[in-house]
Amino acid sequence: MKEATFDAWHGQPLDEILYQCRELLEDMSFPTARRWREAGGKVIGHFQVYFPEELAHAAGALPFKVRGAPLEPRHADSRFGSYLCSILKTSLELALGGHVEMDMFVTHPICDAARNLAAIWGRNVDYPSQILYLPQNANSAYSAQYLREEYGRVLEEIEALTGRKASPADLRGSLEVFNLNRALLRELYTVKRERPWLCSADEAYALVAVGGMLPREEHNHLLQTVLPMLEERPAKPQDRIRVVFEGGFCEQPPLDMIRTIARSCYVVDDDLLIGLRWITGDVPLEGDPLYNLAQAYLEKSSYSPVQHDLRKPKEKMLLERIRNSGAEAAIITAAKMCEPGLEEQVAYTRTLDESGIAYFISEFEENMTSFDHMEIQLETFVENLLFS
Amino acid sequence: MAETERPDGIVGRGNREGADLFRDWFARLNETAANNGPSAYVFVMGSMAEILQTFDLPMVFPEINSLQTAVRRMAHDYLGEAEDYGYSPDICGYVKADVALQLRGGQHPMGQIPRPSIAVLTNACNTYIKWAEIWERMYGVHAFVLDVPGTRRARAQTWPGDPGFERDRRYVEAQIQELIGFCEEITRRKFDIDRFREVLDHTNQMNRAWERIIELNKSHPSLFNALTDGTIYLGVSNGLRGSREGSVYFNRLVEEMEYKAAHRIGTLTDEKYRLAFVGVPCYPIFRRFNEMFTEWGGTFVNSTYLWFASGGANRGFEYDLNRPLASLAEGVLVSVRDAMDSMFHQNLALEEIIDGFDVDGVVFHPIKSCRTVSTGLADGRRALMATRDVPSLFIESDMMDRRVVSEAQMKNRIDAFFEGLASRRQREAIVA
Repeated sequence: MKEATFDAWHGQPLDEILYQCRELLEDMSFPTARRWREAGGKVIGHFQVYFPEELAHAAGALPFKVRGAPLEPRHADSRFGSYLCSILKTSLELALGGHVEMDMFVTHPICDAARNLAAIWGRNVDYPSQILYLPQNANSAYSAQYLREEYGRVLEEIEALTGRKASPADLRGSLEVFNLNRALLRELYTVKRERPWLCSADEAYALVAVGGMLPREEHNHLLQTVLPMLEERPAKPQDRIRVVFEGGFCEQPPLDMIRTIARSCYVVDDDLLIGLRWITGDVPLEGDPLYNLAQAYLEKSSYSPVQHDLRKPKEKMLLERIRNSGAEAAIITAAKMCEPGLEEQVAYTRTLDESGIAYFISEFEENMTSFDHMEIQLETFVENLLFS
Repeated sequence: MAETERPDGIVGRGNREGADLFRDWFARLNETAANNGPSAYVFVMGSMAEILQTFDLPMVFPEINSLQTAVRRMAHDYLGEAEDYGYSPDICGYVKADVALQLRGGQHPMGQIPRPSIAVLTNACNTYIKWAEIWERMYGVHAFVLDVPGTRRARAQTWPGDPGFERDRRYVEAQIQELIGFCEEITRRKFDIDRFREVLDHTNQMNRAWERIIELNKSHPSLFNALTDGTIYLGVSNGLRGSREGSVYFNRLVEEMEYKAAHRIGTLTDEKYRLAFVGVPCYPIFRRFNEMFTEWGGTFVNSTYLWFASGGANRGFEYDLNRPLASLAEGVLVSVRDAMDSMFHQNLALEEIIDGFDVDGVVFHPIKSCRTVSTGLADGRRALMATRDVPSLFIESDMMDRRVVSEAQMKNRIDAFFEGLASRRQREAIVA
C-alpha cells in the first residue's frame, strides 16, 4: 500500500501530532485497518501479548493488535459467562460489532481465558481463527527449534491468505523494519526515563499504542519525526515522583487513567503493551530469519506474568525495572478478573515490602470512566512520599 | 438391588475399593511427610506419572487436596487464609486452598501433605504454571513445565505421521528427556527403562479400562453416575496412574461394570433422564448438588470432566513398549491435547457424547475459579444448540467458594429445567 493509512499528523506541530495519535487510539472505527483493507490488503488480528508481527509483514499483511477497547460488548456479552476480564469481551465485540474487519485472528496460550478465544472466535466468524502456540517451557533446549517450526506453520497460513510467499529476503526486510521500530521505542523510553517531563505517560502511551494498528513503516516515520521534536520541547522538570507502572501487559488501562497518573507522577518505565517491546535488542539478520526471531523471543526479551522462565522471576525483574529506571515507587495494578495479573500482585507487593520500596496498588478495567477516587488516593500516596 | 444382597459383592465394589485406595494413598503421603521424604507435585492433566513412578517419587495432587477441603466443607477457612495473605477473591480457589495448606505447613483434613522436591506440570491449564511459581517462591523448588502444544483450531488435530504432529512430538520428547535428567538429579538414581516399561504397561491397562468404563455407560440404565461415582474413579485414575494397584483396580472396575451391564443394574432405580455434565462439579455442596438432579430421576451418564480431568485417558491411548519414550511423547501429546480440546472445544466433545449416550439434557456448570473450563461455555452452548436439539441448563457457581454457591437459586433453575424436560417428553409422546 503506497498511501499512508494515517496521515493526519503529517506536517503538524508536536502537540497536534500527539492529539492526532490520541484521536486515532480512541477511534472505534479503526480507520487504519479499514483503509488497509480498502486498498486490497489483508489484516491479521493478533491478541495480546506478543505476536511475531514480522511474519504478517513479510507476507504483505497488516498485523493488527487486538487489545480490547473501551466499548460496550453488546454482541459479545452473550458469548461469555461471568468472572471474566473485559478485554476478552470487547476484543470479540470489535469483530462481531463490525468495528474491525479482519482476515485472520490469532490468539496465544497466555492465560486460561485467552486460550479459549480461538475456539470462540472460530464459532462466531467466518475467517480463520487459531492459536499460535508460543512455547510455555522457555527453558527447554528445544524450545527455539520448536518455535521456529511453529512460526513456519503460521507463516504458511498467512501466505496462503495473502497469496504472497515470503522469501528469506522478505523476512530479513521485515526484521529490519521491526528492529528499527523497537530501537525507536527504546529511544522513546529513554526519554521517559531520563527526561520524563518531555513526554507525559499518556503521550508516550499514545505514541506506542498506535504502532499496533499502523503499518510499521508508518509508525517508524511517526517516531522518527516526533523524537527530535520532543527533544526541542520547552518543558521543565516538576516536583513529581518517579514511578514504574506495572499491570498493563494485556488489558489496557483507559487513557484517562494513565493521564490521571501522569498528573502526579512521572511514569519512568512500565509494562504497557509490552508485546510491542517484548524483544529487547535487534534480531540478527544473518542466518535463518525465523530461527533468529524465535531465539530472540526466548533469549532477548522482556518479562510478563504470562511467561514462565526460570531465568526471569517476575518480582526480580520488577526490581530491576525499578532500579534501572531510577524509580522511587511503583504502581502495581491488575485488570479486574485477570488471574495472572492478580496472582502476580502478591509476589510483587511482598517483594517490594521486603525491599522497602513504596507502592500504590489498584485494579482497573478498560471501560472505567471515573478516576476521582483513584486520583485522591494516588495524590495522598504521592504526598506521603514527597513529604516523608 | 442393594450390594449386600449380591453373593459376590461385585456391585459397588469400585466405589468401596476406590475409597480405600484413596485413603491409603493419603496415608502414604502422610508417612512421606513425617519422614521428610521427597515428593513430586503434579496435576491431573498430564501428571507425567509414567516418569515419576519409574523413579518411585510419591505424587501429590494439589488439585485433589484442594477439592477435598471443599467436599469436607472446610474450604472456606483455607480460602480466607489465602485471601488474608493477599490473594484476590477472583482467582482459582484450588490455588488459594493450597496456598493456605502450605502456610499451615501441609496440614490437610486427610493428613499431612509433604513439601515438594520437584513440581511437574503441563500447560493444559495456565494456572498450573502460576501455581507452581508460588512453590518456586515458597520453597525454591524447580518447576518443570512440560509444554504440550494443543489443537491450533477446531477440528484441525494432527496425528502420528503428519508433519505437524511429528514437529510437536519431537518437542514433547525432548522435554521428556530433560525431565528424566532432572529426576535423575533429584533422586540420584539412573533411569531404569525396564521399570519404565512396567509403569507404561500399568498405565496402558488403566487407559484401556477408562475408555471401556465410559463406553459401558452407554447402557440403559446407566451403570454409574459420571458426577459422583466418576469422581471416585478419577481420584484413583490420577493418584495411582502407572501403578500395579491402579491397574488391578481398573480391571476389577471394568469387571463390575460388565456385570452391571449384563444384569441391567443401573445407578438409579428409576432412570428417567440421561444427562451430560460440562465443567467442574460444585464441590462445596457436592452431595446436594447431585441430589438436585437424581431427585428428578436424572443421572449423569457422561461428562467432559471425565475426559479432561483424567488427562485425556478417555481416548484409551496405549503406549508401544518397544519404543517407550517416543511412544510416551506421542501418548502425552494425544491425551493432554484431547483434555484441552474437551475444555476449549467442548461443543464438539458434547456432540460425541449426545450422539453416543442417548442424552436427554446437558448441564453447563461454569465456575468462578476456573477460566480454562468456563470461559467458552456460554458460546459453546450456543454452538451446540445450533447443531443438536437437546435442552440445556446453564448454572454458574464454584468448585470451592461457597460464597458464590446459591443453593436455593440453583434448585429453582434445576427444577425448572426438569419441568421443561418432562413437558418436552409429553409433547414428544403426543406427536408419536
